Amino acid sequence: MSAELRRATAAQLRAGFGSGAFTSLEVVDALLGAIAQEDAALGAWLHLRTGEVRGEAQRADDAYAAARASGAEAVRALAPLLGVPIALKDLVNMVGTPTTAGSKILEGYISPYDATITTKLKAAGALILGKTNMDEFAMGSSTEFSAYRRTVNPWDRERVPGGSSGGSASAVAALHAPLSIGSDTGGSIRQPASLTGITGLKPTYGRVSRYGIVAFASSLDQIGPFARSAQDAALMLHAIAGSDPRDATSSALPVDAALLTLPQGDQAASAIKGKRFALPKEYFVAGMEPGVEAAVRAAVAALQSAGAVIDEVSLPTTEHALATYYIVAPAEASANLARYDGIRYGASKHGGGDLLDGYLATRGRGFGPEVRRRIMLGTYALSAGFYDAYYLKAQKVRTLIARDFDRIWSAGYDAIVAPASPSVAWKFGAKMSDPVAMYLADACTIPTNMAGLPGLSTPCGLSEGLPVGLQLIGAPWSETGLLSIAAGYEALTADAPWRAQEPTDLAALGGAA
Amino acid sequence: MSWEAVIGIEIHVQLRTATKMFCPCAIPAEGDAPNTRTCPTCLGLPGALPVPNRTAIEKVLAVGAAIGAKSPATTRWDRKNYFYPDLPKGYQISQLDLPLAEHGSIAVTTSAGSGSVRIRRAHLEEDTARLRHEKGADGTRASLIDYNRSGVALLEIVTEPDIRDGETARRYAEELRLLLRTIGAADAEMENGQLRVEANISLRPSSDAPFGTRVEVKNMNSFRSVERAIAYEASRQAEVLDAGGTITQETRGWDEGSETTYTMRAKEDSHDYRYFPEPDLPPLDIDPAWLAAIVAGLPELPGTRRARYVSELGLTEYDASVLVAEPRAAALFEAARAAQKELDAKLLANWVSGEYLRVAKEGAADPDPDQFAALVAAVASKEINGTTAKALFAEMITTPLNIREVIVSRGLGQISDTGALEKIIADVIAANPQAIADWKAGKQQAVSFLVGQAMKASKGRGDAALLGELIRAALDR
Repeated sequence: MSAELRRATAAQLRAGFGSGAFTSLEVVDALLGAIAQEDAALGAWLHLRTGEVRGEAQRADDAYAAARASGAEAVRALAPLLGVPIALKDLVNMVGTPTTAGSKILEGYISPYDATITTKLKAAGALILGKTNMDEFAMGSSTEFSAYRRTVNPWDRERVPGGSSGGSASAVAALHAPLSIGSDTGGSIRQPASLTGITGLKPTYGRVSRYGIVAFASSLDQIGPFARSAQDAALMLHAIAGSDPRDATSSALPVDAALLTLPQGDQAASAIKGKRFALPKEYFVAGMEPGVEAAVRAAVAALQSAGAVIDEVSLPTTEHALATYYIVAPAEASANLARYDGIRYGASKHGGGDLLDGYLATRGRGFGPEVRRRIMLGTYALSAGFYDAYYLKAQKVRTLIARDFDRIWSAGYDAIVAPASPSVAWKFGAKMSDPVAMYLADACTIPTNMAGLPGLSTPCGLSEGLPVGLQLIGAPWSETGLLSIAAGYEALTADAPWRAQEPTDLAALGGAA
Repeated sequence: MSWEAVIGIEIHVQLRTATKMFCPCAIPAEGDAPNTRTCPTCLGLPGALPVPNRTAIEKVLAVGAAIGAKSPATTRWDRKNYFYPDLPKGYQISQLDLPLAEHGSIAVTTSAGSGSVRIRRAHLEEDTARLRHEKGADGTRASLIDYNRSGVALLEIVTEPDIRDGETARRYAEELRLLLRTIGAADAEMENGQLRVEANISLRPSSDAPFGTRVEVKNMNSFRSVERAIAYEASRQAEVLDAGGTITQETRGWDEGSETTYTMRAKEDSHDYRYFPEPDLPPLDIDPAWLAAIVAGLPELPGTRRARYVSELGLTEYDASVLVAEPRAAALFEAARAAQKELDAKLLANWVSGEYLRVAKEGAADPDPDQFAALVAAVASKEINGTTAKALFAEMITTPLNIREVIVSRGLGQISDTGALEKIIADVIAANPQAIADWKAGKQQAVSFLVGQAMKASKGRGDAALLGELIRAALDR
């Protein structure tokens, strides 16, 4: 029973709670048990709300029991994620819980307020199990830059889960939670989703409020779900999306109710027929692993056989996206991270010498190597005399990247299909001594952030026994469409042998604990 | 050698808004406990975001319209980056190259005549926290930070280097303050730090010579100190230059006690603030209809009003400027005129700038304008005399009065009846033989004394002018 509950999707849990087949408390206990058994080896979690969440589950179960007494309609009327346990990346503020953003500089910091998405998730009935590990301030592609612990990939304990949302991705892949929250500035949801074999969605910039999310690069950051199905990702997006008076960049567009009930099964599969997909040749770059390319091309072929039209297209600015991203993102980060000065909160080394000594010691010791590198990059790019050549020019290229994508939507394509990552999960340490090699891991995902577009990664097979993700990129605000296509692809490949394959090191995690 | 001073003024003024510039915190009031008017945004907590205050933007657009400035079709916000404990985010949200208003001017009249000061730009930004450096009982020094003021909306207004002397600088600052108060953009109480003036001063040998090295002067806490600090700094620089020295680019403070400026900090290698567009805030489109509505809502501006009082109402330049200088006074004047259209404007102006302003400066509440008009009208028609009127005015600012009713019910009407007054005078003369003797000895003051006695005997209701006339006539007999 416990194993079944761990495997259940959020949609299945909601149905089971409603029917009384099992309780939220049983699920929470099953997950907490698995975490207790396996997280020493997995390393996904930074903070658990073990004490609080059981009480919250009990209250959810009481609500279900009361509703059941009033009839099926009352059960349906309950919040869409009531009693469903989830995880938050440790850059989402939740009142009374630690928020470290994976950094020593925020060690001991307890949030005095809820992020807007935290409030929304609570309102949707979700139970927050805890906070997950991440690259420090979301800067990284392997979660190795966490100041706290190593998160392993449940498919291979010797390999990274991707990043920066590696903790949230591994937690969902290892069946520690059906849903989790990640953030995606240059691929930090889609790339770890690809590397751990789950679904991850980066919504359109402005779709989800950033209020209360520790900022990395404000014009690129978006919050989104990790899940084990497109429908589950849609449920979580529905819970967190929507305009927010506290975020001036959030969109006023209404949340699409269709996210609650995406087409499923044959209906979803048949909807693929007639869809037009653009396959950009620039995404199949030199250095891409053949196994990854093969899996992605096989997925494209499956879509084609289901009646989709596939056209090879060109997005010529793709090659410039990475370089411009590494101007814009560090520039914004250099200002966003200026507040970690040891004056008001977090780790502080003030008090010894003068004010400057305090700043240097606090920030020099509080930030890890990758964060320091990016603050220096960004500070340099914004400096007098360099601004026009770097930041201003990068913003101009950014406009050109967005125009490239606009041409695709003007031509009537439903989505772009591409790999989410040029490689499968790599071994720990393989890219730690070469920052550029690490940066290249996000080559397939960064253009989407630069253009503010929605993108998702959905599992499309294995290469060398490790998961490969198919990336779908859509026009602004097309999340429902993208998730429906992903649901269609899930249905088309429901019987594929790789779908039956569970993370290969899942059993070993418990044994190692 | 004679030098020409070149002066530019930078003014920071706290806008009159209910909440801060980028968060919903209330504006701190005098006496608020430290760090009680704060939230995640103005404390710079991880994850907090700014949302612009629409009222603050409207007020700056109104200021722009009032100084004849241009506002851009689209503006944006910029981050100004530097580290200091009073700046919680490590950057200040400000406006670099698209200020809300540009290229305006303010007319200024000085003892030398009339002129105008061009305003280069006016933009919005957020205030910093307040630092307090203290020594504990054990002698340890500590710096305390109060974030109540952090994030309060500030308007920064920068002039062109058009000013040549301290008096003009002072008049410019005073005129700008009046404008801000008149349109309701700011209270601009200088003593509370709501308006801060900084001056950039340099000297050059002639008006066609290039600008000299400039010195920034701060800590001028009154308009008087603005004038004196600039005059002092200009003469200090002249002395240095005359002695063959050079001016160091630096920031100097005005010391009120010694009336001198002193070095606060030498100019560090010019600070690189690494400005870039604020990514947390989308660009702001200024809808022409929105701007037009703001312009339409502007009240009569001080310069226009002064000119009208002189040309239409026949007030002197001086009376007009006294009235207009205090928006509350001008408002009372306007409202009273509206209530009593035939009222003599000069008499009303005297009452507003005399009795009213005297009590207003002591913090009294404003009188009801209709009753105030009725009071001045009763004086104009000689129905009551000045003494009675002043007593009634003193009463009406604390207690609502119906002037018409009170005059009748209390029998306050002025006694102008010759017969009645002569009876009083006869008694007064009989009771004061010494005064009669003084008068006979040629002491004219004796008349004033007897008028005073007669006024007292009439319980203050006698017509003072008529009493004087009648007493003189009686003595002559």
